Amino acid sequence: MGGVEKQRSIIDFTLSSLLRRKGKNAALLTVYALVVFFLASVMFFTQAIRKEAAALLASAPELVVQRTVAGRHDLIPLGYIEKIRGIRGISAVRGRLWGYYYDPLFLANYTLVVPEAFPWGTGTIVIGQAVARRTMTVEGSVMPFHTYSGKPVNLTVVNIMPATTELVAADLILLSADDFRMLFGVPPGLATDLVVEVANPAEVPTIARKIGALLPDTRPISRDEILRTYEAVFDWRSGILLTLLSGALLAFVIFAWDKATGLSAEERKEIGILKAVGWDTGDVLLMKFWEGTAISLSAFLAGVILAYLHVFIAAAPFFEPVIKGWSVLYPQFRLTPALDFSSLAVLFFLTVVPYTVATIVPAWRAATVDPDAVMRG
Amino acid sequence: MPLRKSTIFITFTLLNLAALLAIVAHAALSSRGAAPVQAMRRGLVKHFSLTDLVLFTDARYTRHPSMADLNTPFQDYPMSFEHFPSGSLLPPPPHVRAYGRR
Repeated sequence: MGGVEKQRSIIDFTLSSLLRRKGKNAALLTVYALVVFFLASVMFFTQAIRKEAAALLASAPELVVQRTVAGRHDLIPLGYIEKIRGIRGISAVRGRLWGYYYDPLFLANYTLVVPEAFPWGTGTIVIGQAVARRTMTVEGSVMPFHTYSGKPVNLTVVNIMPATTELVAADLILLSADDFRMLFGVPPGLATDLVVEVANPAEVPTIARKIGALLPDTRPISRDEILRTYEAVFDWRSGILLTLLSGALLAFVIFAWDKATGLSAEERKEIGILKAVGWDTGDVLLMKFWEGTAISLSAFLAGVILAYLHVFIAAAPFFEPVIKGWSVLYPQFRLTPALDFSSLAVLFFLTVVPYTVATIVPAWRAATVDPDAVMRG
Repeated sequence: MPLRKSTIFITFTLLNLAALLAIVAHAALSSRGAAPVQAMRRGLVKHFSLTDLVLFTDARYTRHPSMADLNTPFQDYPMSFEHFPSGSLLPPPPHVRAYGRR
């Protein structure tokens, strides 16, 4: 019998043997594929978010300077601009106006941002998609606001940002500086924080230190720190993911280990009969290898493919309730697919290899003893 | 003659591998196709001086984690509860934890 034909015959035999215990193996395959699906979904989602964050936030301000009062972020005097501008290496400093507005009508919290240039003028706003969805607003509609003193103000929606911007602008409301100051009562000499542009990015840490020394009540945050914040997002080592994953993984490991290592009396008898009819130990091990491979490879491939479809085609509906949490405004974004082969390889070696090995070892132990002893139990 | 079980298994595995290759191709094509959208989003981030992604809008420290106060998450009031699950999915930014130690 040729090598390929022999392998095919062993596969035929293995599959028949698996089909004899249909229910048990189908349950194992389903749970196995679900574990791979969940792990791969988290992996795809996390990698795509991190890649997207790194690409987008590379355009974030080089340095943001906050003022802290009594341990909390506070408004910063625009007079600080002149002091900071005196530091060598700084090309520009400007005040940034932004804040949050809670809308009691729609129970939503908006992020209000004043762009450097707002060509639509006072009395108008540009809103993000999530705001438009929540408030059922279209271009030309009027949105009611209340100023800090309780006075009602209507602002006209002149533009709605496109759906492709949801990841960065879903809850944004852009407005003029005059409207912002009128809404929140921020005096003209104050801003939310300062944005500092640095001529040479290598000098950012030095400049941040100098700003901290010059103005001890401020806290500089560099772009590097912003980027590192998102490198740590959905960190596998932290919080809920670790708790949920370790619980699920341990349960699966116990289940698979029990299934793979504990040969049933029937399986032991089968090995004994095979040995008695002339199979050698190598053939029995080959059969068990194909058994492990058939289950783990099928589960791995099905899990990975379904995870990809879940995250990148269906926009991760299973994660939606987790990410949504307490949020009223929920961004609906489609992530740009990012496949990292090293992570896929790690997933493969963590799921397929241990199961296959765990199937072979007990079979090897049963196959090396006398067939008569195995059959008698 | 009925199909051999090994033929069905090998065909199924090859189909799965083909699907895996298809998603690799899809990922490559989609990321190339997304370049103009990415550029537009980057422009938006630069133009509006944005610092954070809109992932969780439920609390200040989850909406703008990079700008979070140092006493996060108790910035709302002492003994305030963490916003679950976003607060658990979003660990404290490294620069907040390292503050004062640089």
